[in-house]
Parts: sequence; structure tokens; C-alpha cells
Amino acid sequence: MKKILFLALVLPCAAYAAVGHVKLDKAPIDYRDAVSIQRGAQVFVNYCLNCHGAQYMRYNRLMALGLTEQQIRDNLLFGPGKVGDTMTVATRARDAKEWFGVAPPDLSVVARSRGADWLYTYLRSYYRDDKTATGWNNLVFPNVGMPHVLWQLQGQQVLEVKEADGPHGKQSVTEVVLAEPGALAPIEYNRLVADLVNYLVFMGEPERASRVRIGYIVLIAVGVLFVLFYLLKREYWKDVH
Amino acid sequence: MGDAGVNNGKRRFLLVASSVAGGAAAVAVAVPFLWSMQPSARARAAGAPVEVDISKVEPGMMIRAEWRSKPVWIVRRTPEMIEALKRMDSKVADPESQRPMQPQYAQNEYRSIKPEWLVLVGICTHLGCSPTDQLKAGPESGLGEDWAGGFFCPCHGSKFDLAGRVFKDVPAPTNLEVPKYQFLTDTRLLIGEDGKGA
Amino acid sequence: MTRTQALLDWIDARFPLSSLWKEHLSEYYAPKNFNFWYYFGSLAVLVLVIQIISGIFLTMNYKPDAAQAFGSVEYIMRDVPGGWLIRYIHSTGASMFFVVVYLHMFRGLLYGSYRKPRELLWLVGVLIYLCMMAEAFFGYLLPWGQMSYWGAQVIVNLFAAVPIIGEDLAVWIRGDYVISDATLNRFFAFHVIAIPLVLLALVVVHIMALHEVGSNNPDGIEIKKKKDASGRPLDGIAFHPYYTVKDMVGVAVFLAVFSIVVFFAPEVGGYFLEYNNFIPADPLKTPQHIAPVWYFTPYYAMLRAVPAFLGTQFWGVLVMGAAVLIFFFLPWLDRSPVRSIRYKGAYYRIALALFVLSFVVLGWLGTQPTDFLGKLGSTDMAVILARLFTVVYFAFFLLMPWYSRIDRTRPEPERVTG
Repeated sequence: MKKILFLALVLPCAAYAAVGHVKLDKAPIDYRDAVSIQRGAQVFVNYCLNCHGAQYMRYNRLMALGLTEQQIRDNLLFGPGKVGDTMTVATRARDAKEWFGVAPPDLSVVARSRGADWLYTYLRSYYRDDKTATGWNNLVFPNVGMPHVLWQLQGQQVLEVKEADGPHGKQSVTEVVLAEPGALAPIEYNRLVADLVNYLVFMGEPERASRVRIGYIVLIAVGVLFVLFYLLKREYWKDVH
Repeated sequence: MGDAGVNNGKRRFLLVASSVAGGAAAVAVAVPFLWSMQPSARARAAGAPVEVDISKVEPGMMIRAEWRSKPVWIVRRTPEMIEALKRMDSKVADPESQRPMQPQYAQNEYRSIKPEWLVLVGICTHLGCSPTDQLKAGPESGLGEDWAGGFFCPCHGSKFDLAGRVFKDVPAPTNLEVPKYQFLTDTRLLIGEDGKGA
Repeated sequence: MTRTQALLDWIDARFPLSSLWKEHLSEYYAPKNFNFWYYFGSLAVLVLVIQIISGIFLTMNYKPDAAQAFGSVEYIMRDVPGGWLIRYIHSTGASMFFVVVYLHMFRGLLYGSYRKPRELLWLVGVLIYLCMMAEAFFGYLLPWGQMSYWGAQVIVNLFAAVPIIGEDLAVWIRGDYVISDATLNRFFAFHVIAIPLVLLALVVVHIMALHEVGSNNPDGIEIKKKKDASGRPLDGIAFHPYYTVKDMVGVAVFLAVFSIVVFFAPEVGGYFLEYNNFIPADPLKTPQHIAPVWYFTPYYAMLRAVPAFLGTQFWGVLVMGAAVLIFFFLPWLDRSPVRSIRYKGAYYRIALALFVLSFVVLGWLGTQPTDFLGKLGSTDMAVILARLFTVVYFAFFLLMPWYSRIDRTRPEPERVTG
């Protein structure tokens, strides 16, 4: 319903979404899948929180996913601090800037600015590149300062230029191809990234589920009001000729 | 224009129904706005209970903690200090702690869960200054020969004993507040939250 | 005498409560043939109230400090109980305010609501529109995102394009050499108190001016010309209860649309809440693509369409300003013998259709980078289109004295036709 309603508005933006003419894959996520988000949270605190912060996200927010305070403390809270604290980064911004050239951005609302599809494609588009400082490059974000943190899970991809049939005859297509497998099979890695992206989307707007739920109730209430007000109007307007 | 009676009855019914529904909707809309003024998650996190490690506190010594931006004193009373409390009963205004300045488990002669450990909010009940600690008995406190140990507020001269009970004839009206607290272990206190079955 | 009556008498002896009630509600006679286009005035008042109330609650937690602003908005979204709802109401309300007001203004164009004796009513309305634009502009800096920052940067730099005094003017507006904390704080003052007060006053004047002459209607005829024995217009009905009750239906429909946006799609694909604004403002990094919020984009497209002449971009600023200010002149540009489009000829209908088309197309062009349609020769296609439709936009107004006079009109009816 949402898509149909706003298709006309979104269409002009579609061109904008495909940054650098890289086609973005649709992130296979469902914001209602609390277990997927829990898994994503685990990936996040284990791999991302070392360099990136999520300073607007409180640990105890994760209780909305069905976790207890104890579970959060045991599995997701490393170091001192309480579940009411926010996910501040371990590294100092100053140091990170020195090591990576730019301070790793806070990820609290990255899903709202980049979008789930961009994040999903980005995290799967790393390839080996000896010309960069980190040894990694990315199709979606050329010359990104971030290394491929999840490389041990995905394996190593390389860039390949292929000949393919296009609308105007043969054209060269640049792709990333898995050269060395990692700990996870591609399908498992994609699932992991999807979970992580699902978590990033959750982090961007933790209230989304209740927002939608309350929305249905509000619409029904407004519907009732509409019916009553319309009947009232019609009754009074019988006077008018 | 049809039967006037039916007309008016229907009109009235619809008017009442619409007004009630509209009023209910208005209240329903007001609720989240008014609710937003409650303490935020940040305030609740900042106001969350505080854990204090008391393993290094010697008998007769006091440490300070902070809870909800208020000073909290934790005193490890010596057996003499605990003994001396009984003799203060006649000098303090509310010896049995009848005014509600402490949780139910601190409404006893020690004003604490364990006699050895005193936990108080270090804010004078007169006008909010933080009293100085004068735990040692005797004249070195500058409070007279018969000073038995306790707390003295420099702002207006209120005095409290080693259970935080307010002296008679001082500006402060009530005993010092005992916050909710519990022993997580023998060496760790949690200030701000009752224990289970407290 | 009942106690209510006694209380009312006590008040009336000291405050014109009953007479105000009669003059503006129970004995204010409005044409009985108001249609769909007549909902938007009351809806505009509703949105104003929504914005003020949601705005008040946002100010309880928002911090107008460059270092804290972005964080305080996220604080509202996450930590303040129900804060997310208040924020979405305010961001949706801002866009809906313009939707409602554009439709309200369009009604004026349809039925000649700006014609004598309602010229002043129209002028006050255009002033309200200008205040709304200023209010939206100042408000948009407050979240201190990338779009907030760079949008403000671009617009304030327009003032720098003014000859001679431009640079000093821009520095004075900013309170600094670049958009900074000083700018944020003063924009906060304008947005939260200065302009809302002006807006409220203008709305009161607007309604008073309306009630002085009485409402127009879809047929464009004066209902006061035909009155009954007791002086009531034959085609008039009391605003209360008939239009109060009808406007409530409009309110319900509006709230349904509003709620769908707030609860199911508050970003509206990036048009109501722009994606780039979830990135904190970075004075060192301009986003690839700056665009104002959708309700400003028609004027933005015009601004970009005008080339630099004589070494200055000021002409674009002039054209953009003229596009808004020209609304003031409308009552005197329309020389038609009839008010309403119902009795105007083909010329006006075509002209109005072209005007709407140009507004929409310019609006769409303004959301995109200038190269998004490729090039025609050495110029961007999008710029050529923008130039074309800018001309059409101005032609609607500037040619109106001519085509409204030669248009073949039909005779207006004596009584309203519904």
C-alpha cells in the first residue's frame, strides 16, 4: 500500500538512490523479525562497535526484541557500563582519524541516511585492491577508508571485468567475484549481512514496530470519527436547500 | 421537513455521540504529549541505582557515593558508635524515626539494614546544604565536650547523630533521609533500589 | 434565569462573548454552495494549531546549540517517551501545512477570491504564505543535519548576491562568517516565537478581513446582493452549525491522511524527512546533491534556471523573489468581468492549467540535480525545461490583463448554483 501510494513521488528518487550507477540489491529484511535483529545486534557489537559508535542507541532498547536485561548484559555488553548506557565506541575519534584518515561515522542513524539496500550491497561488495591503504576497496563506496571487517566470514572477492550482452550490444561489466572462500558460505554470509542490516535499520528507528501498531489503532479511531461526523453533517444539512 | 421529533432525536444522538467520540479522541491525543514530560530514558538511566564497593571501608570511616546527583554517605560504624546510639535517644527529636524519612527496613534504632553500615542521603533537611561529617566523639570536633559523633551542618547549625537522627532545638525538622538500598553481597551495596522481600 | 444564562450575562457585560459568537459563527452567513476546495481554510488553522502544540513539546527537549542539536533530536526520537510521535507530527505537519495552503490558494485562483472587495484579504494571505516560507526555512536549520546546514548556507548566500551590500547582509543574517551556532540560535528564536506570533496575528487579521466582506463562493457571485426581509443573504447559511459540522468531516479526512503519513511513512520517500538530514551537519563536506524541501522546489528550479548576467547570480534571486511577490498583484492583473472560472472562457482555463503544470514541473525539476536529463547541445535539458516553465509561470500573471479581458465569458447567475 505504501509503495503504490508513493510510487509517483519515489520514482524521481530512484535515480538518486543508485549511487555511482551501482545497482543496489534489495535487502531481504523484515523489521518484524526480532530474532534476525538479535543476531544482527550480536554481529554489530562484536565487529562494528570497536571503531564505530552508536551513541544514540541504549543497550536496554534491545529489550523490545524480547531480550532480558541479563541476556543483554551477558551477550552484548562488553566492558563496564549499565544496560541503560548508550553504545559508545571503544576507540577515540582522534585515534581512529589518524589510523583511517577519517573518523568512522556514528552508525545510530546510518540506515536512515544510506538506506537498507545500500548497506546490504555495500557490506557484500568489498574486493581486494593492493592500491589502497587497507588493501580493500568497495564497488559501492570507491576508495572507502574502512577495511573489510567481515572478510574472514565472507572470504576474499576480487574485481573482474567481463564481456556481457547489453542493450547496445556487447559491453564490459565490472563485478566482484569470490576468489577465496571464507568461514561462511555465500548464502550464510548474505544472511549474516541481512541480519546486521536489519539491526542497523532497527537502531535507526527502534520505535518502528510500535509506530505501525499504534497507526492501525489510530486509523480505526479516525474512521469511527469520520463516520460519526459525516452522519452528523448529513443530518444537519437536511435543513439546507 | 419530516417529523420534527425524530429529526431532533437523531440530531441529538449524533451530536452527543460525535462529541463523546471527539472528546475521547482529544484526550487520546493529549496523552502522548503529556506523557512525554515524564523522565526520559536518559534521565532514568542517569537516575538508575548505583553500585558501591564497600570492601575497603574501615570501621569508623565513611565513603561518599553519588546517586541522582545527590551525595550518599556510607558509614561503617564501630561497636562503640552503635552502643552510643542508645544514649542519644533523649537528645534527638524523632528517636524512633516515626516521620517517613527512611524505608521500612531502616525504621529501627540503627536506621539501617545492618547495624554496622549506615547509609544516608547527605543533604540537610533544613534548606539543603550538605553537612560535614564529625564522626569522632569528643571536643576536637569543636562541637562541645559531650559531642558523641555525628554530622554538623555549617549553614544554620543543625546537628545529626550517628544514625542521622536530627537533634532537638536545631533548624532542621526531620532526620536525614535514608535512601532505598540493598546489599548485593557483603561488599557491594546497591543504592536506589530495595532488595527483594525488603 | 438559569445559572448558565446568568454567567453568560455576567461575561457579556464585561466581554463581547455572545456578540462575537453571533457575529462570527451563529449569525455569520456563508454561501451555501461551498465545495471541496473550501475545506482548506479551516484545515490550515488546524495545521497551525498542530504545529504550535507539537512545537511547544519539541522545545521542551530540543537544544539549539550546534554541538547538541542533532543529538537532541535523536534524544527526542528515542529517549523522550512518545517523543518520536511528536517529532513526526511536527515534520509531517510542516509539509501538510504547505499542501493545505497551496490547495487553499488554488481555490482562490479558481473562483476569483482575490477580486474586489477581497483584495486585502488576498494580500494578507500572501503575507501569511511568505511568513510560512520563512518559518519553514528557519525551522529546517534546527535539526542541524547536512541538508539543514547546506540548505541554509545556499539560501543565505543568495542574500550575499545582492549588489554592494550583499556580503555584509549575509554576515549580519548569519551572525558569523559561515552558518554556525550563532545562526542556529537566532533561527531558533525566529522559528519558535517571532514568526509564530506574526503568523497568529496575520491569521486573525485574515479571518477578520474575510468576515468583513463575507466569503466568496464557487460561482463567484455576491450573496449579499440578495437578502431576505430580515437582512440575511438568501443563499447564505449560518456558519455555525452548518459549516462547523461540515468542516469536522474535512478534519476527519485530513487526520486520516495525516495519520497514514505519521504512522506508516513519515519520511514519504525522503520528501517530508530528507535522508541526508540524518547525517550531522559537516561544514567541511557538502553533500553531492542539495535540494530544498519539496515546497520550495518550484522557486529553486527558477533560481537555477536563470543564468549569470554581468558577472552576478543576482538575477536568479530576483526572478525567484518576483515569482513569489507577483502573487500580491493578482487582484489587479485579473480584468475579467466575472470572478469564477465557471464563467470564464477557454483562455483562463488553459492559462490556469498551464500555471499548475509549470508549478508542478518546476517543483519536480527542483528536486533533481540539473544534469539528470542529460544535455541538449551544451546546456542541461533540465535547465532548458526550467527556463521554459518559468516563462509559462510568469506568463500566467503578466499576460493576464490581456487574456482575461479578451476571454469569452458566460453570464454569471443571479443565485448560487451549488
